[in-house]
Amino acid sequence: MYKITEARRYNPSVKRLTVEAPLAARRAKPGQFVMLRATETGERIPLTIADADRAAGTVTVIFQEVGKSTKLLGALEAGDTLSDLAGPLGTPSHLDGVKRACVIGGGLGCAIAYPQAKALHTQGAHVDMIAGFRSQELIFMEADMAAASDSLTVCTDDGSNGRKGLVTEVLKGYLDEGRTYDMIIAIGPLVMMKFVTLTAKPYGVPVVVSLNPIMVDGTGMCGGCRVTVGGQVKFACVDGPDFDGYQVDFDEAMRRNRMYTDHEARALEAHVCKLEGQADV
Amino acid sequence: MFNKSLVKTPMPEQNPAARARNFSEVALGYTEADAQSEAARCLRCKHKPCVAGCPVEVDIPGFVGKLAEGDPAEAYEIIRRTNALPAVCGRVCPQETQCEQKCVRGKNGVSVGIGRLERYAADWAMKNGEGASVQAAAPNGVKVAVVGSGPAGLTCAGELAGLGYEVTVFEAFHRPGGVLVYGIPEFRLPKAIVAREIEGLLARGVTLTTNCVVGRSLTLDELFAEGFRAVFIGSGAGLPTFMNIPGESLNGVYSANEFLTRVNLMRAFDETWDTPVQNAKRVAVVGGGNVAMDAARCALRLPGVETVTVVYRRGEAEMPARAEEIHHAREEGIDFKLLTNPTEVLGDDKGWVTGLACVEMELSEPDESGRRRPKPKPDSRFELPVDSVIMAIGSSPNPLIRQTTPDLPVNKWGCVVADEADGRTGKKGVYAGGDTVTGAATVILAMGAGRAAARSIHEDVLAGAI
Repeated sequence: MYKITEARRYNPSVKRLTVEAPLAARRAKPGQFVMLRATETGERIPLTIADADRAAGTVTVIFQEVGKSTKLLGALEAGDTLSDLAGPLGTPSHLDGVKRACVIGGGLGCAIAYPQAKALHTQGAHVDMIAGFRSQELIFMEADMAAASDSLTVCTDDGSNGRKGLVTEVLKGYLDEGRTYDMIIAIGPLVMMKFVTLTAKPYGVPVVVSLNPIMVDGTGMCGGCRVTVGGQVKFACVDGPDFDGYQVDFDEAMRRNRMYTDHEARALEAHVCKLEGQADV
Repeated sequence: MFNKSLVKTPMPEQNPAARARNFSEVALGYTEADAQSEAARCLRCKHKPCVAGCPVEVDIPGFVGKLAEGDPAEAYEIIRRTNALPAVCGRVCPQETQCEQKCVRGKNGVSVGIGRLERYAADWAMKNGEGASVQAAAPNGVKVAVVGSGPAGLTCAGELAGLGYEVTVFEAFHRPGGVLVYGIPEFRLPKAIVAREIEGLLARGVTLTTNCVVGRSLTLDELFAEGFRAVFIGSGAGLPTFMNIPGESLNGVYSANEFLTRVNLMRAFDETWDTPVQNAKRVAVVGGGNVAMDAARCALRLPGVETVTVVYRRGEAEMPARAEEIHHAREEGIDFKLLTNPTEVLGDDKGWVTGLACVEMELSEPDESGRRRPKPKPDSRFELPVDSVIMAIGSSPNPLIRQTTPDLPVNKWGCVVADEADGRTGKKGVYAGGDTVTGAATVILAMGAGRAAARSIHEDVLAGAI
């Protein structure tokens, strides 16, 4: 069993958990993920490592509650335990030699982009960070992101934080101003990553994206996480999750992520009915 | 009294129509009378040809003789001396190409049902609470790490524990057993049986660390730095192979590894678990091995599945699957399209599978494996209407350990290079066996490799070589 040492809610659907998992914490690097199960009959959920404390033997994950499994996870608090946690998995991000970077997060992706920004900032790189959310009340980790970057722009789809716009518009503005980067890192919804890639293309800046396909084992056995990159089949769990944005077939990846949408909707509905049933008692 | 019957005592089985819709065990096991009757068919040959056919050298005439005498406890003891997992082997070993193939009774009639008898003895021991009373040597304080808790790793761990070693088994999944739990289905090998065999090993002092991915969570060199004198790699086969035909990324195309893991380890067939699996109606399984049979038979048992078709490019004689598995699959109503090769997975505009385009094949001259090479018949393309396709055509080795152990020799396919007779690799203190060395093979071959490696580790420790 893996004890939760700290739990914090960032917004109505995003939560952060810090978990005692010394084996996973010891070698964790930015870009890697863990596989966890909340309960004995639960799904294996792949989550990117948002932070790792080797001395304390803890890893931190930040996730969005979208289906039954993540809702169950979201209901846990400090002192509760997870049934399982394995990691670190995936290939660490290649950040060596990067001197100027633009790190872009979209929604929950900000939680995953943050450790990359932090690692780059710590290695002395100039980091411009762009964070996009749907509206002001969903914004989280603003201070963390500001501390891990030289400049931070937070924009919202509805403009409720006073800065209306999409991350791609902010990026385009930066590139048009003449800002140069060795690398753009984009992490968020697939559609956002696709459009960041399209935006950056005319400027010839390399774009790295982090994919989160459906996985079962996360160790290179099931092949469920296969993505087409540069016309080749790659397994995100061992070859990724970071890939060259220009090579990724985003449309296929989006389609594959919808594999269990119906199943998830039914599972969630059954779960909510059960909770409401209990509330009535 | 000697039983002259030329055929095996029949194995009681669940009726095919009923079992095709449940996950309970297909073969129900011998009764005491069945076992005695079958054991009485053994000639107790002095030269024991059957033992030479067993990768772990079980004293077959010895244990069969005890069963004939009505002493299953002693029969179990005899098996356990060289076989760490009798209840597993009695169920899944390909006896027809091993011990039973060498049986003298098979020269004029059918061989003794050695596998069925092994299973009977093991099940009797479990039912009657006879734990493994195998004598363990005094602890010698030498630490050995075993990577992977499948048949190779469990056997290696069991052997070394018996010799007094301090063994830790590292398992990447949350549950031990490797292919015995994620691959082989419940109806062929109940998971409760696997769990009990593993409990038996742990009771001998083996430590188990689950959720530890060696190659990521820990490297081999870190294990040595932590005081392990030897490491056995039994991490199994890895990345699934696809055909590289159009449409393999459509929704509804699975590797057999993924499909079987969802159903077996993650129990997608059990409503109390959260694991999703596609609600398919018509399933095609591509491949002709045991994994293909397992995938096809699992698919048939899922709610809503109407038809399951096995598509294989050669003929039945060339199928690598055990004859018994093919027979069971046919009995349950699985359709076989042999001499048929897929050329494309077809899909709708939303990206879901709608069919499998195939061509008919014919066999020509033998290839390097000695099997006749299949080649497409002209103008034979046809479409199989299916909404799910499971690719069961093999796997290539997992890259995690070789990526983080640069001085471990691997071959051009990425398999760890190890002497198949003794498990030694090109890196000092590192031994390997099972699918990670040979590519996908059988449970018992992996167990034989685990046992051989354990002997080598013991020899090398005694000789001061590691």
